[in-house]
Amino acid sequence: MVKVKVNDIEVDAGPKDNCILAARKAGVEIPHYCWHESLSVVASCRMCLVEVGETKPDGTVAMGPKLVPGCQTPIKEGTVIRTDSPKVKAAQQMTLELLLLNHPLDCSICDQAGECYLQDYTYKYGKAHSRLDEPKLQRMDKYHIGDQIALFTDRCVMCTRCVRFTREISGTAELQVVARGSHEEIDVFPEEPCNNKLAGNVVDLCPVGALCSKDFLYKKRVWWLKQAESVCTGCSTGCSISIDQNENKVYRLRPRPNPEAQGHFMCDEGRFGFKYIHDERRLSFPKLSAALASGIESQRKTTSANFAPDLNFADLWPTALTKARQKIQDAIKADPSGFIAVFSPFMTVEEAYLLAKFIKGIHEKARLVLGPIPSLGADDKYPKGPKGESPADGKVKFTIRAEKCPNRLGVEAVLKHFEGSVVRIESIAQRPNAHAWYIVGGYASGWVTEAIDKAVGTPSLLIVQDIFPSPLSERADIVLAAGSFAERDGTYVNHAGLAQSANAAIRAPGEARADGRILMELAGRTGLFNAMALRKEIGSAVPELSVLASGDLGDQGVRLVRFAKQAAAAAT
Amino acid sequence: MSNKKTKTVKWGEEPKLGMLDALYLPAIVSGLATAVRHAVSGKPTTRQYPEVEPEIPPNYRGVHRLNRDEQGRVKCVACYMCQTACPANCIEIIAAPAPKDDPHWKDRDKYPATFTIDELRCIYCGMCEEACPVDAIELTSVYDLTGLTRKEMVFDKEKLLSVFDETVKTGKDPVRTNRGTLGPASEEAPTGRQGPPPPGRGKHG
Repeated sequence: MVKVKVNDIEVDAGPKDNCILAARKAGVEIPHYCWHESLSVVASCRMCLVEVGETKPDGTVAMGPKLVPGCQTPIKEGTVIRTDSPKVKAAQQMTLELLLLNHPLDCSICDQAGECYLQDYTYKYGKAHSRLDEPKLQRMDKYHIGDQIALFTDRCVMCTRCVRFTREISGTAELQVVARGSHEEIDVFPEEPCNNKLAGNVVDLCPVGALCSKDFLYKKRVWWLKQAESVCTGCSTGCSISIDQNENKVYRLRPRPNPEAQGHFMCDEGRFGFKYIHDERRLSFPKLSAALASGIESQRKTTSANFAPDLNFADLWPTALTKARQKIQDAIKADPSGFIAVFSPFMTVEEAYLLAKFIKGIHEKARLVLGPIPSLGADDKYPKGPKGESPADGKVKFTIRAEKCPNRLGVEAVLKHFEGSVVRIESIAQRPNAHAWYIVGGYASGWVTEAIDKAVGTPSLLIVQDIFPSPLSERADIVLAAGSFAERDGTYVNHAGLAQSANAAIRAPGEARADGRILMELAGRTGLFNAMALRKEIGSAVPELSVLASGDLGDQGVRLVRFAKQAAAAAT
Repeated sequence: MSNKKTKTVKWGEEPKLGMLDALYLPAIVSGLATAVRHAVSGKPTTRQYPEVEPEIPPNYRGVHRLNRDEQGRVKCVACYMCQTACPANCIEIIAAPAPKDDPHWKDRDKYPATFTIDELRCIYCGMCEEACPVDAIELTSVYDLTGLTRKEMVFDKEKLLSVFDETVKTGKDPVRTNRGTLGPASEEAPTGRQGPPPPGRGKHG
């Protein structure tokens, strides 16, 4: 720790911090465009110019004669940073005026408006008037720059964050700066668009509206979006994300910086892979098989003859859940080891715990099984080398994992606690010896393989809790329409044992309910589903998940004890 | 300063009713007198609406219109400012990228694919036209807004453009919006001298 002074505020900063980070710790903002925490320093935008001086041994302060870029200037004991002197303010005004010289000021149609650093800094540090008399340079928009990204060339401030990203993080180096001086532009080589699997990040990196996501283009103004902090469920990396939604529709996912999980970025698979949650085919209300529903049908006809017969009633849920509970209890009592509950790696820890505790509470011998773990290819590591090869072990900056589910470790921890060991469904598919199944899905795409379909067969009781119709839900006795990741509160444990909390952003479509709520009622628990309270309960009940006992996992999550020890051992 | 200001405020007291006023008879008599005076004066004071339409002041806030630019395209750039400003939530826009292949739309990036205003929900406050950065939405002096169904009163883009065409034809242009240079978002603003910087900002503007 080194002591520095920022605008007369004394603060302890890290020895490797630059002036921007040190000032941030003091609560002072130094405006910057080109500098980004996870990219190299170029000090080209000149927005972060500050006055820097040092404290002499006799206590006097000697300020430097020139302004220096805060991003490039390291600090040491006794460094003095001034961001509010007239000299600094004049420099900031001038920099902004120059950046705005050729800026088209088309904020009204720019997707970035509302979260644009050019707007924010001009408002805070710039001036209201331009002195430019000449016509502005006009440049062509480049929609060809990538399948997912469009470049509005004349909005660019040439911070080159995107160029450095493709060189340093993705390693694919598609984006370049072409031409010189005020004719500088970002561009790609002919026929070589920026389509790597991390390309979407350049849109987040762009501090202005130059790079826009084609997927989000003109869909919504950003000031209407409400954020929920969540976790990407695309793979076991478990990127911290924020889900941006408006009126129950998710418009985009954005990565949330989390050094513990993934850093600053996320992959395009995760970023654009959320669309399935708004698919029309989703199960939107609970269903009972004809045999189970016969009683209710007649009752419904007598009480609500005026309504359309296919109208979904909210009171289907209590009926479905009561029936389900009754049927499960009967089935387990009849033959405990013939009952199998299949847990999905898409479940949160809380949901797995609720279901496991409920099933095991009825009878010890009922079996808990882990559902299929979706996997695709091998881990995809970045930055790529010049020929597309993966980086050496120590140099990996981002990994897209092959395991395409968010919570295998969390569900396994629960299963180990209740069942003693983790039994995979594949291992019992040949000989399930089961007459009753409770199957949890929640997968992003079709997951019922032929083997599973065959293993389940036509049992005497089949309850399916899923988000999409499947061969199993077609013949199930009871189908419980569940929630996708954006509709769930809970905890996911990623590949490295990092437990992160996710918050629900939207409500499930139609009459569907988030899994936690279904299981809470199914288990006959009183009160509402509360992830925080359940985490405390799990923390004290399941030793492997003891870190959940605090309830609040914070923004960055908490590592499970076993993995924290491993990480500590690896560090030393 | 603040002292002076408070002194300029005059507080009025409600006049106390005297004995005569409390009877209400003088008031009734004076009211009757007014009615009789009009009855015998021979000058008609009834307005023969709808045969004779009243003169509506041009700053009246009536039905909305969506303006067209010089090339006849909708001037609106779908920035959602009016929808954001609207206190009654009666405006709904769906934006889309302008058809770039069409030479007619070549210089535009974004345009409203749909633009609907629920004229029944609107409170005619005029915030939308104040918020509009390109002077695309305006409240006209058309006041006689009728319809047989609620659905009919939800005006879409075509209907709002037709209000523009009609009001231009009849010369009932609203007077509030300034027809100065517009932002580059709607059309190419002539660059040139933008006037002196506002006062009080030092030597360098």
